[in-house]
Amino acid sequence: MKIGTFTIGGGYAMIPLMRREVVERRGWLDEESFLDVLSLSQAMPGVFAVNMATQVGYRLRGVWGSVAAIAGNVLMPIVFILLIAMFFQRFRTYPAVEHIFMGLRPAVVALIAAPVVGMARTAGVTWRNAWLPVTAAAAIWLLDVNPVWVVLATLAAGLCMKPRCNTGKP
Amino acid sequence: MIYLELFCTFLVIGLFTFGGGYSMVALIQDAVVQRHGWMSAQEFTDMLALSQMTPGPIGINTATYAGYTAVAATGAGEAASVAGALVASVAVVLLPVALLLAVCRWMERHRENPRLATALRLLRLTVVGLVAAAALSLLTAESFGLPGWNRQFVYSVAIFAAVFVAAWRYRVSPALLIVLAGAAGWIVYG
Repeated sequence: MKIGTFTIGGGYAMIPLMRREVVERRGWLDEESFLDVLSLSQAMPGVFAVNMATQVGYRLRGVWGSVAAIAGNVLMPIVFILLIAMFFQRFRTYPAVEHIFMGLRPAVVALIAAPVVGMARTAGVTWRNAWLPVTAAAAIWLLDVNPVWVVLATLAAGLCMKPRCNTGKP
Repeated sequence: MIYLELFCTFLVIGLFTFGGGYSMVALIQDAVVQRHGWMSAQEFTDMLALSQMTPGPIGINTATYAGYTAVAATGAGEAASVAGALVASVAVVLLPVALLLAVCRWMERHRENPRLATALRLLRLTVVGLVAAAALSLLTAESFGLPGWNRQFVYSVAIFAAVFVAAWRYRVSPALLIVLAGAAGWIVYG
C-alpha cells in the first residue's frame, strides 16, 4: 500500500522502491522470484506497477492476495487524482494557474518525447529495424490508425514469423 | 450510455498496453482525445502534467482523470463523474490482471518459446513508435502557441528543449521538471 502512495512519476520509478519493501524489508519474495515477477510484468499488457502488485499478491495469498495488493497499490493515487480533477476545473481559469500551465504544457510533451530515446535503446532499435517504429508512429499520427490495430498486427506478425528470421541478438 | 462506453474503451486500452505507462498514455490520448472527443488536446496535456506530479502509476492516473472528465463533460453531477472515474480505473486494470492470473504459470513455461519471444521483441519496437506518435500528436498550437516569433511560442520551444534534454540526458525526475516548468511559466507570463 505504501508503495502506491509514494511513487511519483509512474511505472519504472516503482521498481527499486518495491524491491526494497518486498525483498529486503519484508522478505515476501527472494531476489530471483522478484526478477521473474519483473520480467513477466514487462511482457504482459497493462499497467506495469499493477502487474507487479498482482503477482506479488498472488504468490503470497492467491487471488485475494492479488486483489488486496492492487487495491493498496492504486487506491491512494485514485483518490488524489479525483480530488485534483474535482478542484482543478474551478481553478483553471485563474490567470496565475493559466500561466503556470502555459509553462507546463511544452514540458509535458517533452517528458513524453524524452523516454522514446531510452526506450528505443532498450528495445534494440537499429537502422535496420527502425522502419517498424517509424511506420507505427506514422500510421497512428498521420493516417489516424488506431494503436490497438498496430499492436495486434505486430503480435500477429511476430507469432507467424519463422524464429530464425529474427533480426538482432538472440 | 457513457459508462458502458468508458468501460469498453478502457478495457481495450488495458489489454493492448505493452511496455509501461507511456504507451498507455499513447493509447488513452488516441481514444479520449482523437476518437471520442471527451477532452481537448490541451486538457489532456494539463491532465498529464497533473498526473506526473501526483503519486501512482501514470496509466491509472490518466484513466481516473479521463473517466471523471468524460462524465463531467456530459453535464452530470459530481457523484456521477466520480463513478465514471472508478469505472475507467477498474476497466483499465481488469483484463491485464485477469490475464496475468490465468497465464502466470503458462507464461513461465513458454517465455522461452521462440515465436512468443519474437513477437514480444517486435512489440517492444512498435511501442517506441506508439509513444513517439503520442508526443507528435501533442505538438499543437494549444500547447505551444501559434508558431512564429511570438512570446509564447519562443518560450514554449525553450521549455520543451530544456525539459527534453534534462529528462533524456540527465535523468532529472519528471515531477521536479514539472514543478520547474510550472514555475517558469508563472514567472515569464506573470
